Amino acid sequence: MDVWPLILGMALITFAIRYSLFAFPHLRFPPSVRQGLQYVPTAVLSAIVLPGMLIPDGQQWAFTLHNAYLLAGLATIAIAALTRHLLATIAGGLLVFFVVRGVLGQLPL
Amino acid sequence: MSRLQHFLYGCRDSIPMIVGILPFGLIYGALASLAGLSLAQALGMSLLVYAGSAQFIAISLLTLGSGTLVILLTTLVVNLRHVLYSAALQPYVGGLSQRWRVPLAFGLTDETFAVVQRRYLARGMSEHGQWYHAGVALALYLSWVGSSLVGALFGQSVPNLAGWGLDFAMLATFIGIVVPALRNQPQIAAALVAGAVALLCHAWPYKLGLMAAALSGIAVGVWLERRQAPVISGEVV
Repeated sequence: MDVWPLILGMALITFAIRYSLFAFPHLRFPPSVRQGLQYVPTAVLSAIVLPGMLIPDGQQWAFTLHNAYLLAGLATIAIAALTRHLLATIAGGLLVFFVVRGVLGQLPL
Repeated sequence: MSRLQHFLYGCRDSIPMIVGILPFGLIYGALASLAGLSLAQALGMSLLVYAGSAQFIAISLLTLGSGTLVILLTTLVVNLRHVLYSAALQPYVGGLSQRWRVPLAFGLTDETFAVVQRRYLARGMSEHGQWYHAGVALALYLSWVGSSLVGALFGQSVPNLAGWGLDFAMLATFIGIVVPALRNQPQIAAALVAGAVALLCHAWPYKLGLMAAALSGIAVGVWLERRQAPVISGEVV
């Protein structure tokens, strides 16, 4: 398949979505919409994170102690709650993830 | 203070996000080259599309042999969340000239949004807000493009780079954004409901479950906030 038309199509779609409301500088949202917007990051990112932890391959539930995404995800949530520090959360979470995968023998070494 | 200084503050505040973006860009680049994309195509997608999770999904769909239309539709649904980001930043960015709005819209990723929203909420457009925003957007864009390039260049020479699970970096980043925001009951409920709906609807085609989950979470958050409003109106929420 020719990939370039696909790339250009994805680029146009993505830009159009991101520019959508910037195109209307004078639009003012009603209070209910503004209220809802406060929940956007929480809702959207949770909807990506939980399946990422529990269904890491996108197909099968992996509710087991062999699932490094689940174990390290829970550890990362704990680090975030305790430190409230973004860099500590991301770096610490990655570190825990690789340690867990190492212990479980899941690293391609 | 000068514009340059605020631009540099934006770059500085992006550092935690960069730690999460670099591994994710590496794995994207490696998977793209494994899927048969040329170096120019793998890099071109990062340069032109600049949407990590959508690119990741596009590569896996290409590997599965999906057609262009299916991938484009999935891109649309996966990125629809950015309409909500666009709406949330519009009160600030909307007043800028088009010369500003176009590049800032191009760079509006989850990570950029999380960093600049915090600053806009605290200080609005004062003190060269758009220069700060530009610093964040450029630092994160270069991190994504650079790590994609490295991943595409070395993805096939480092054995099994795809097997390391570097995609966990995106989850760690998103957890780092969400958890500190869970300061009250409506926010916590929004997170739990969105997560639960996403899990239940994960098999829906074209990632439509993601949008259903996000809207459910938002609805529950607003509903709870309104129900509580009379009780907590005197408190700082």
